[in-house]
Amino acid sequence: MTGRPEAIKAVPVRHPGRWAGAVVVAVLVAMLLHAFLYNPRFKWDVVGQYLFDDSILRGLLVTLELTALSMVMGVVGGVLLAVMRLSRNRLLAAAAWLFIWVFRGTPVLVQLVFWGFLGALWPKLSIGVPFGPAFWSENTNTLIPTFTAALLGLGLNEAAYMAEIVRAGITSVDEGQTEAAHALGMSRFQTMWRIVLPQAMRVIIPPTGNETISMLKTTSLVSVLALEELFQAGQLIYSRNYQNIPLLIVVSLWYLFLTSILTVGQYYIERHYARGANRTLPPTPVQRIRTLLSSARRSPAAAGAEPVPASGGEELS
Amino acid sequence: MTDMAKASEGTAPAADHPMVRAEGVHKSYGPVEVLKGIDLEVKRGEVFCLIGPSGSGKSTFLRCINHLEKINAGRLWVDGGLVGYQQRGDKLHELKDREVAFQRRDIGMVFQRFNLFPHMTAVENIMEAPVRVKGRSKAEAREQAAQLLERVGLGDKGGNYPSQLSGGQQQRVAIARALAMEPKLMLFDEPTSALDPELVGDVLDVMRQLAEEGMTMVVVTHEMGFAREVGDALVFMDGGVVVESGHPRDVLTNPQHDRTKAFLSKVL
Ligand SMILES: Nc1ncnc2c1ncn2[C@@H]1O[C@H](COP(=O)(O)OP(=O)(O)OP(=O)(O)O)[C@@H](O)[C@H]1O
Ligand SMILES: [Mg+2]
Repeated sequence: MTGRPEAIKAVPVRHPGRWAGAVVVAVLVAMLLHAFLYNPRFKWDVVGQYLFDDSILRGLLVTLELTALSMVMGVVGGVLLAVMRLSRNRLLAAAAWLFIWVFRGTPVLVQLVFWGFLGALWPKLSIGVPFGPAFWSENTNTLIPTFTAALLGLGLNEAAYMAEIVRAGITSVDEGQTEAAHALGMSRFQTMWRIVLPQAMRVIIPPTGNETISMLKTTSLVSVLALEELFQAGQLIYSRNYQNIPLLIVVSLWYLFLTSILTVGQYYIERHYARGANRTLPPTPVQRIRTLLSSARRSPAAAGAEPVPASGGEELS
Repeated sequence: MTDMAKASEGTAPAADHPMVRAEGVHKSYGPVEVLKGIDLEVKRGEVFCLIGPSGSGKSTFLRCINHLEKINAGRLWVDGGLVGYQQRGDKLHELKDREVAFQRRDIGMVFQRFNLFPHMTAVENIMEAPVRVKGRSKAEAREQAAQLLERVGLGDKGGNYPSQLSGGQQQRVAIARALAMEPKLMLFDEPTSALDPELVGDVLDVMRQLAEEGMTMVVVTHEMGFAREVGDALVFMDGGVVVESGHPRDVLTNPQHDRTKAFLSKVL
């Protein structure tokens, strides 16, 4: 051993193009901000006044509930439909196919309105012998209030989309996994639930995150059913005070805030399901900031010259 | 539970029956006949080696033994019980999925490509079937898994995911996983042929040790050294039929059939 050679202290390559680009973008952003913030018609004071308005917050809650429940319905329904489509039972596979065909083939807005009109189509719903006497029956509109109609509309539509996502995930899992599980004496259900689906998750999660974000925004469509979610709450207010633009901004800010939170959540969930797939997991944003800070704390020259060893790749296990 | 117990009994007389008996086993994929009438017997405690050229049907036959493939004609018994069917009178009835699963509990299988569950650590891989299939407690299964890992020389690797293990280590975990179900028969499908040469020895050592402990093993292999040293019986398959069988020493050193000679001259 002759000792470690001296660390390289080289002058890094300069990138004048990047600098020029950055300046252009910064100017454009500044102009845009100026256009937004100093245009009196945006009425930022009104925005501030309504941002935490009670009816906006109530609408927000409805939007969140609707998003969460529709996605639960979508995921559960999607897994069921996907398993049905891959089933050896032809009738089940065909039924799933038909469901997906109808619900993916028509606009969700149209479906929502349909669910809203369900009471007009079948005024009474009943449970009893098929085509025979009913044991129990109830007024459709009492049984399916607006929220439920909205939920059915969004959830069933989502299930059709999720079915395709889940199916792609299931078929992405190596057949050897199923064989190994069967060879151990595991049942078909156990094999699906314990072995195949957890591995399919890696393929299923990213598009599901996108679906959730998309669902959050799609819930605004249920305003056609006069359900007071976030967008409808905003609309109701500006139909009274004519402050359309500020209220649309209020609503948009909330959507933006929620989708941002979902994006961060998605990152962590994806990371969780990468378990075992990669030898090391990528660092979380928090870890990334921490390594950045700790390398900045060292003398700047050393931090620049010394390659930071495998920055923060957290070991599994 | 009682119908399952019945299903695994079958027709052959108890106690002195062989571990595996095949009579005229045929298997086709569509129009292609892959197994064209296999007859053989694997005795208890025996290491039974299957050799033959690629595509001769070795894997297919092995997979028939635990009913991963359905046979089209013939009969196949494991420990006296018909595999995948039940004889009632002169009719064969297909077993239900859960009855087939019940039969498979007693047959361990080790694959060429390991097929460990990548989302579980080594210990979790081994615990999975005892906990889910046999209803063992997690603590008990964990203890057993630790012992099995020790036995295959990986006592310190329990917390690793498969992607953090070498091929040879993965295969030894796979063997431990199969052993955790306490099978009476182990099937090996070319367990070392996906491994780097220097890792083969470790896996073969584990198999040799298993053979010494009296496990009945059916081994598809290209490791002629292992077959000669450890094998009690050997079958050479080609084109979906058994061409030649006997004691490994005899078949490998003094093959009778031209096809066997041609094959051995290539691999030895
Ligand atoms: N699922 C399947 N569908 C159609 N043909 C198949 C299927 N599985 C195997 N075969 C065919 O059956 C034949 C026997 O295959 P098998 O895997 O049993 O051979 P093998 O003796 O194990 O060969 P190797 O040494 O290459 O593993 C091959 O010709 C193969 O193409
Ligand atoms: Mg094979």
